[in-house]
Amino acid sequence: MGIIALLLGGVFSFFASGHPDGLEKVAEDKGFIGNALEYPFATVMPDYAFPVENEFAAAMLAGLIGTIFVFILIYSFFRLFSIKK
Amino acid sequence: MHIPDGFLGPGASGSLIVAAAALAGVAVGKVRQGMFARQKAAALKTPEGAEFGGPTVTKLTKHGQSLVFRMAVVGAFIFAAQMMNFSISGGTSGHMLGGVLAAVLLGPWAGFLVIAVILVVQSLVFADGGLFALGANIINMGLVGAVAGYYVYRFLFKKIKKEAWAAFFAAWISVILAALACCLELAVSGTISLSVSVPAMVGWHFLIGLGEGLITALVLVGLNFKEKTNE
Repeated sequence: MGIIALLLGGVFSFFASGHPDGLEKVAEDKGFIGNALEYPFATVMPDYAFPVENEFAAAMLAGLIGTIFVFILIYSFFRLFSIKK
Repeated sequence: MHIPDGFLGPGASGSLIVAAAALAGVAVGKVRQGMFARQKAAALKTPEGAEFGGPTVTKLTKHGQSLVFRMAVVGAFIFAAQMMNFSISGGTSGHMLGGVLAAVLLGPWAGFLVIAVILVVQSLVFADGGLFALGANIINMGLVGAVAGYYVYRFLFKKIKKEAWAAFFAAWISVILAALACCLELAVSGTISLSVSVPAMVGWHFLIGLGEGLITALVLVGLNFKEKTNE
């Protein structure tokens, strides 16, 4: 399952559809997409693009790093809860 | 489904952040409870090397030990799956929420926590979903998507006795429920009235939920998931 996650994150994320998702679509149709604010601070990888030139590599790296990051974060975070009573 | 900042009023986003934080605390407690068991043992060694002694010790059970690892794997998988936007008709796409999948594999509260961590990472690192709307997103996808979706799954599983089918319909329903929760939050904030948003949101998420249900059921079939093994 972990390997599939890495494959999904690293390779196939590039083929993800760029269409607006359900909520964005409704917001566009009903005219409140303009209410959306910019994110309050600059994040590392906005819109799932790692800051490199190549578009493919950007999506791939963002996917890979994100997937690994989530794994490590959850594992270490909940490991803390499981150590001491 | 990730609500950006600006769609919700300060009252709605603020109270939902508080609610989400409180729920996370409850969830950690519930998950911890399931990890430990009081046992009589002389000395026990945890993998970290810490030693416990004495007549009764509270010990991490096998289930508890593996749960943390399984949470991390499922979390990484759902994070990756959420990046895969699939096209549906009319120039719209949807992506997986993974709430029911996480809750079925890990239990409702561990599933809630996994989804919550994913949403925090998506917001802080990838600017997907607003910072102030994080509470709303955790409630929609974690509480409604995972916890409520889990109980829909349990109900359906008792009726139809097939894990994959129950998960398929529960995942489908959970997406629509999450969309409805989203509509409610938007209406409370005065962004858009329920009569306009509900038909539109439910229409799209009816289709997105179909994809969600399919992926959830396929993953469970692929893992050869059996309900008994999780109890």
